[in-house]
Amino acid sequence: MKLITAVIQPFKLEETRQALTGVGVQGLMVSEIKGYGRQAGHSEIYRGAEYTVNFVPKVKLEMAVPDEDLDRIVEALSTNAKTGKIGDGKIFVSSLEETIRIRTGETGNDAL
Amino acid sequence: MSIFKVTISLCGVLTLIAVPAAAQEVPEHGIFILNSLLFLIGGFLVMFMACGFCMLEAGLVRKKNTTMQLTKNISLFSIAAVGYYIIGYNLMYPLGNWSIDGILSGYLIPFLDTATLEAVGITAEETDDLSYASTGSDYFFQLMFCAATASIVSGAVAERIKLWPFLLFTLILTAILYPLSASWTWGGGFLSEAGFSDFAGSTIVHSCGGWAALAGVLVLGPRIGKYAEDKVVPMLGSNLPLATLGTFILWLGWFGFNGGSQLAMGTIGDVADVSRIFANTNAAAAGGVLAALISSQLYFGKVDLTMALNGALAGLVSITAEPLTPSLGAATIIGAVGGLIVVFTVPLLDRLKIDDVVGAIPVHLIAGIWGTIAVVFTNSGASLGSQIYGILVIGIFTFLASGFVFWVISQLFGLRCSEEEETKGLDTSELGMEAYPEFSSY
Repeated sequence: MKLITAVIQPFKLEETRQALTGVGVQGLMVSEIKGYGRQAGHSEIYRGAEYTVNFVPKVKLEMAVPDEDLDRIVEALSTNAKTGKIGDGKIFVSSLEETIRIRTGETGNDAL
Repeated sequence: MSIFKVTISLCGVLTLIAVPAAAQEVPEHGIFILNSLLFLIGGFLVMFMACGFCMLEAGLVRKKNTTMQLTKNISLFSIAAVGYYIIGYNLMYPLGNWSIDGILSGYLIPFLDTATLEAVGITAEETDDLSYASTGSDYFFQLMFCAATASIVSGAVAERIKLWPFLLFTLILTAILYPLSASWTWGGGFLSEAGFSDFAGSTIVHSCGGWAALAGVLVLGPRIGKYAEDKVVPMLGSNLPLATLGTFILWLGWFGFNGGSQLAMGTIGDVADVSRIFANTNAAAAGGVLAALISSQLYFGKVDLTMALNGALAGLVSITAEPLTPSLGAATIIGAVGGLIVVFTVPLLDRLKIDDVVGAIPVHLIAGIWGTIAVVFTNSGASLGSQIYGILVIGIFTFLASGFVFWVISQLFGLRCSEEEETKGLDTSELGMEAYPEFSSY
């Protein structure tokens, strides 16, 4: 099992969600976050005074998936969340030790 | 009853037919009634400006100080009602009874020289001034101007001044400082004798509030972190829809502020003048917005909504000293200069480390000075010399007197909240009540 964490542009969320459903993703966690990468924020002006916006709004997607689905899902994520411009975000993949469905007590792939 | 009404209206029609055209003006009592009506309508429009100021300030302070700003606004409005009643009204309008001629009203004793209304159900003979308007309508109208002066101060000193010391200052401003300096012109004092012309109060109301605000800001000092490491750190307004709503409300209220200041509506000439004033007031506000819009685009590289809002108000303040004589085009230009003043003086004040949270000093003080000078361009009865004389007298008096009062209050009771309270926000530290408790900010 893998845990995929993707940080994407907020306006790409709906398109990406549809693509993920299309490749069989059963569950998706979404949170609104702020952060910075190599882009490192940008500057704005308020009432004539310049200031730096250090954290840019992003959407974070998290999903636990079976090993065999990983490539398809990463592919769906990277095509659909992509604009080609700076700030498109990142995908992190990590191994997932265990999953338990609370209602039934099922574990492993059965719980995904 | 209905027959009676028909008879009366028939009589009215017959009278209109019977009298020659030249005499078809409103009868004598009609003037009293229509003037009073103008004051009442103008007065409640100006009252709504208190709401405008309140919303503007609530939108431009940070979230953690919103409840405090709302509290200050509703309190200062009510304190003005008491201060103006116990002494302010008769201090401002001595009606010829001076203790120092042209300078100090003869009505000097708080609680004794209070404003007094006409009795209940008076007849024409029992009016205080049949050729003018009812005392109640005049008092109501003038009180709203006094409250507007106090509203100007609260935005500039926001986010760091303690509630009760601020309200104490408001009491002194509305009971003494504003009525005294206003009496020098509108009460028939030495500035009006000198030919100073300020129709609805660019200097008398707006700059007066602006000078008091500047004095308060200087005594208080900037908010913590505003000028860290010699850089200006913007503290973003928490609710721009509210700030925009407040600006529109002020814009609406200003028709009462300037239109009502015609002080008469009983003749063709007066009604036409009130109409000119409404149209010119609107034109100046629009000019202020457009100038702020364009100049912020050129100067900062993008449009700044808060500048456009301040631009509307600066346009309104600029036209307040003379809303009657300009043409629509001239009014638009006078307002536009006000809008430019805002865009260029807001960053200037920041460079001087004068921390004015909502832009009250550029809008009311500096645009007020401009508006008072601009009178000479369209009103041949005004002279530049007497305009500058009035600006200096009211400016120096209000700035020094307000500064002194702020300083005394700070020595006696403390003016500024503690560093910890300021950082936490006055809503939780002083009031224990958040404006938006449902929205967690983590």
